[in-house]
Amino acid sequence: MVLLTLLAVVVFGIMQLRNLFAVVILGGVYSFLMASVMVVLDAVDVAMTEASVGAGVSTVLMLATLYLTKTQETAPIHTPLLPLFVAVGTGVALVVGTFALPLFGEADTPANTHIAPYYLENSQRDTLAINVVTAVLASYRGFDTLGEVTVIFTAGIAVLMLLKGKRDVKPGPKRRRVRR
Amino acid sequence: MNLVHEIVGHYNHWIIIVLMVSGLYIVVARGNMIKKLVGLSVFQTSVYLLYLSPGKIIGGTPPILSPQFTVYSNPLPHVLILTAIVVGIATIALGLALVVRINEAFGTIEEDEIFAEDEDE
Repeated sequence: MVLLTLLAVVVFGIMQLRNLFAVVILGGVYSFLMASVMVVLDAVDVAMTEASVGAGVSTVLMLATLYLTKTQETAPIHTPLLPLFVAVGTGVALVVGTFALPLFGEADTPANTHIAPYYLENSQRDTLAINVVTAVLASYRGFDTLGEVTVIFTAGIAVLMLLKGKRDVKPGPKRRRVRR
Repeated sequence: MNLVHEIVGHYNHWIIIVLMVSGLYIVVARGNMIKKLVGLSVFQTSVYLLYLSPGKIIGGTPPILSPQFTVYSNPLPHVLILTAIVVGIATIALGLALVVRINEAFGTIEEDEIFAEDEDE
């Protein structure tokens, strides 16, 4: 509960700050807190991935982007009343919806009685892996993982095309910065 | 007593909603593109929590089989979210590359300034 509250506090910090460097570092703090929450939720594999990918790789990527661009956000011109209204409205609707959800930590919810017991009972016999998450990821849902690799590959190619593509496309008359 | 039970049982849902809504708000209301991407990742991580928290069983252990334990938390959300994290970083990386490119073309990463510059031309 304390960790969850801390998460919310960090997010409010991210919302308020204008210095993008601080925002990115708070994003890293947020990811590590999230990883701790995941350990509490028994999702140790996910926690490790979140700590390395969320707090590590994505923070580094953000910092690299900051180096290439600017680190200060200008004050917004519009008043954020409409987005605020939309966000609060969505939030209230979702909170009303939570009262139909089962309480935290119960064992006999539909989510926990549907297919999970099958994996827990049979995965060691089927795949010889002790870690059920590994068994499901690599064996039962191997095609998901293949799709994930495809997504990464596509994203990598797209990033390369964006950053290494031809830069002398035709310099516009009013561009402020000279292209490399 | 019952009310306290209810509040503790739903607290995780409410925090998830707070995170989700603030992520949405940052994406919509802030003009700076890096800030928007941070908001997007906050939004994504709130969805990870939304998936993981129903899988937790109080008194359960992580789903790594061992003769000493009989109650395990649900492994399926963990698998789905592992995939989602990796796809999420791919999205963020692509977005950041676009930001770098936009900054080269327009000299700014603020949405309002880009619109203003576009109208000038």
